[in-house]
Amino acid sequence: MTQYILLIISAVLVNNFVLTRFLGICPFLGVSKKLPTALGMCGAVVFVMTSASAVTWLVHRFILIPLGIDFMQTIAFILVIASFVQMVDIVMKKTAPALHGALGIFLPLITTNCAVMGVAVLNVQLTHPFLKSVVFGFAASLGFALALIIFTGLREKIDRANPPKCFQGVAIALVTAGLLSLAFMGFSGLVR
Amino acid sequence: MDMLQFILITSGAIALVGVVCGTALAVAARFFAVHEDPRIEKVAEILPGANCGGCGLAGCTEYARAIVVDGAAINLCAPGGNEVIEQIAAFLGREATAAKKMVALVLCGGNDTQAQKRHAYNGVADCTAAQAVNGGDKACTYGCLGYGSCSRICPVAAIEICDGLAKVHPELCISCGACVKVCPRNIIKMVPADAPVHVLCSSHDKGPVVKKMCKVGCIGCTLCTKQVENQAITMDRFLAVVDYSKETPGKAAAEKCPVNCIIAADDSSSDAQPEVLQNENN
Repeated sequence: MTQYILLIISAVLVNNFVLTRFLGICPFLGVSKKLPTALGMCGAVVFVMTSASAVTWLVHRFILIPLGIDFMQTIAFILVIASFVQMVDIVMKKTAPALHGALGIFLPLITTNCAVMGVAVLNVQLTHPFLKSVVFGFAASLGFALALIIFTGLREKIDRANPPKCFQGVAIALVTAGLLSLAFMGFSGLVR
Repeated sequence: MDMLQFILITSGAIALVGVVCGTALAVAARFFAVHEDPRIEKVAEILPGANCGGCGLAGCTEYARAIVVDGAAINLCAPGGNEVIEQIAAFLGREATAAKKMVALVLCGGNDTQAQKRHAYNGVADCTAAQAVNGGDKACTYGCLGYGSCSRICPVAAIEICDGLAKVHPELCISCGACVKVCPRNIIKMVPADAPVHVLCSSHDKGPVVKKMCKVGCIGCTLCTKQVENQAITMDRFLAVVDYSKETPGKAAAEKCPVNCIIAADDSSSDAQPEVLQNENN
């Protein structure tokens, strides 16, 4: 139990996917303008990353390793994650239209983004067992969600402020992201 | 031989994974297919795709769905105009009912030379901000503040601020209603583009009060209401209001108005707009 709690704290705060590992920067900058959109994105990422880590673990353990072709993991993972997300999209559209309405447009966007891919590869590198992989995927996506929501809040404030002209728009957003990343560096050493 | 076998196993395994995934997707697509009316997509293609929300729905696709599924009126799309209405009517076999083109109109005529200010305002140049400081700097609490909130939100730049007064260019207006919502004083209204007369004042103050503050404010003299027989202009708390659903004789009311706050269509350029529009479209 303790190791799972430590794993979650590590993935959310200490080794935050966005701010420390610098994965998933594109949605971090792309959909952080408005809170409702950011929340939709967070929901989609949590869902996809958790389930993708389970699916890729199974593929790695039961297909790649027995055949001795685990060097093909990148290609296999992309293939599996992409079709898995597509499948979820189709099923969700039919069975849960309301949920699809909230997450639908974000699912194709994160089909195989670097954070999702990163979680799958890290699970293999760190030789996590199945349950640990899923928990790690979930915790990593929570970390992503945390970073995205904090950053969106900051950007909404910045929109109302009046930065110097040369800093307006993306420039000040990137500076903010840098400062936020520095702030998260404060957690380093908390957990290995 | 060994090498060849290895390559075959690798590519075979990946190909197998791909085939399995592909088959699963194909099966899922078949069993979980959502049957949407194909006409929705076609109607959405006919619509301009501006997603302006002028029809009252979230976007063009939503409006297309409302037309096809819920049988909504097909003449709600202002940017599309009659051309889109005709195309949709032809496609769905419905009767084309031409939309009345609506345009935004600022119901105030008091610019900086005609209307008094009661205090100086040098804060952020934004109507909502100006309104928040002691209720606005204009003496008349119904008048246009002229800091251009409407002009900034207008997606087609159809609103100009002249001399501290917002003016909508009707030939450019796509009647999306964004300015109506943003105006902190609620003095922008959607009016039929072919309406012959407008009362360019929103003040419900009594005559003497209005006269002190503005040279072109409605003083509630009721002269105009006597010029029309069908109550197309009525008094509402010391303000003449045009009922656009009724036929209004143009010039008489405008000529009688002692403060010139009623304008007839001949004075403004609204008569010329259909031609201007067509030229721009061509």
